[in-house]
Amino acid sequence: MIKNRERRNSNSERRNTRTPIPDKDQRSLRERRSNSSATTQFIKKTPVLPWALRHLQVFFYTLGQICRQPFASLMTAAVIGIALALPTGFYVLLKNVQQVSSTMDDVTQISLFLKKEVGEKQALQLSNRLQKMQEIESIQHISPQEALDEFRQYAGFSTALKVLDENPLPSVLVINPIDRFATPEAIGSLLEQLETVSEVEIVRLDMQWIKRLNALLETSQRGVLILATLLAMSVPLIVGNTIRLAINNRRDEIEITKLIGATDAFIRRPFLYSGLWYGLLGGIIAWLLITVSLKLLSAPVERLSLLYDSTFILHALDFTTSFKLLLISALLGWLGSWLAVSRHLREIEPS
Amino acid sequence: MIQFDNVSKRYASGHVALENISFQLDVGEMAFLTGHSGAGKSTLMKLIALIERTSGGQIVINNKNLSRISRRGIAHHRRGIGVIFQNHKLLYDRTVFDNVALPLIVAGHHQHDIASRVRAALDKVGLLRHEKLYPITLSGGEQQRVGIARAVVHKPPVILADEPTGNLDPDLSKEIMKLFQQFNQVGVTMLIATHDLDLVKQMKQRVLTLEHGKLIYNSQVAEE
Repeated sequence: MIKNRERRNSNSERRNTRTPIPDKDQRSLRERRSNSSATTQFIKKTPVLPWALRHLQVFFYTLGQICRQPFASLMTAAVIGIALALPTGFYVLLKNVQQVSSTMDDVTQISLFLKKEVGEKQALQLSNRLQKMQEIESIQHISPQEALDEFRQYAGFSTALKVLDENPLPSVLVINPIDRFATPEAIGSLLEQLETVSEVEIVRLDMQWIKRLNALLETSQRGVLILATLLAMSVPLIVGNTIRLAINNRRDEIEITKLIGATDAFIRRPFLYSGLWYGLLGGIIAWLLITVSLKLLSAPVERLSLLYDSTFILHALDFTTSFKLLLISALLGWLGSWLAVSRHLREIEPS
Repeated sequence: MIQFDNVSKRYASGHVALENISFQLDVGEMAFLTGHSGAGKSTLMKLIALIERTSGGQIVINNKNLSRISRRGIAHHRRGIGVIFQNHKLLYDRTVFDNVALPLIVAGHHQHDIASRVRAALDKVGLLRHEKLYPITLSGGEQQRVGIARAVVHKPPVILADEPTGNLDPDLSKEIMKLFQQFNQVGVTMLIATHDLDLVKQMKQRVLTLEHGKLIYNSQVAEE
């Protein structure tokens, strides 16, 4: 033992004459500096795959792994798919409703209900007078008789109207403002002007219901956002659990590869890519579910919109939304496996 | 190449597995580590492979002080060491070829490079025609040779073998030892833990003997 020590010291002296008896720190410093140590040399000499190629290999290797057990993989992906299809489906429907409300936004109409004593002639004169205002595009005059006729068309009203001795309806002027005056402020000042006109009984702006619809849409949008966040959060949990099981199944393999000199990154990589695949497959399933559901809905919706004299068509998932769906689902899958991997891989050490 | 300097290992349970071990194996040296089971052979091997950390003293392997190797550096350290296990530790869901290729894949070698190296290693242990088989279909001796091929395929400067002949009959054991000698002749430092004293005597190599965690016999020191 003593001889061993002496021999080592003399070795060190030969290598570093300035410090005959190197203390631990200095020795380690030298070790770090010396690049010619056997290990580093042997590692540097070997040809090593470029980083991207290695990732590509794992990318396809994990896809192969998933394909080899199609049933189990599909089960996991389907759960993710359903979890993602719900919020995405709501989102798409909401988008469709918004599209309806946005086409209605520029249909701002002002209805002027004239006083009962204002006759048809006076109403037309007023109409001509107002027509000269720069804010007004067009005016439509509805006489009491026309309004009554219109009412009669609705079922149930005709009998109700028969009870009345005389036509209770006033003349109405429906004003369409010029588009550039359709801002809330301009409309506001126009309303004020119209209210001062002596023949006018009531000024009604037919925008209230659009405002209400928009507020309703905003509320549902927020609701969908909350729902989406909650359901999206389930994706990392589902993937994380699947990956946790996979890690447990491959405990021996992980231990052995660690013994052989695999870095944590090397061991982590296939699991992370599996998570990515699960997420992506889930996203694809969600996409399919939504596309099929919208197809099923489109015919009845078309009939419905026809009944409302509307040209509304149910829009399917557009390219950007589809892309976003797949990207987010893949990222969520990756996140889930990352959570599982960072938690469980460290526990497995060779012994 | 392998240098122990007053190395001690005390487990968290309080059990002292190794006490003040000091020895040195030079490059290209071959030594047997003997002792009863529980004498600390496995612990000593684990310290070299950084499966366990020392409680005191220092170990220098391949000119690297192991206490200076961080957790992240362990993988690279292990690539410089080939380890052979008594129970082979093969992956039974992969072919012989894939098992042997593992150290090269882990280090990120090119595919064609892997194939030629794996075949060379399998040829050396005489299993080239079994490359497509699964380890479970092989005999114990053959499985051990797969493990040896895997330990040498990346040409590590140090090879550790923990009871490599533990489950083999004397003829097979001798064969394995011959293989080890061949590796040793090309300059690989070898440390072989075994309790097969007959085999050790036949081999006429340096012997280190542990008893209750202490180095009680170091043949090289005794000779000098």
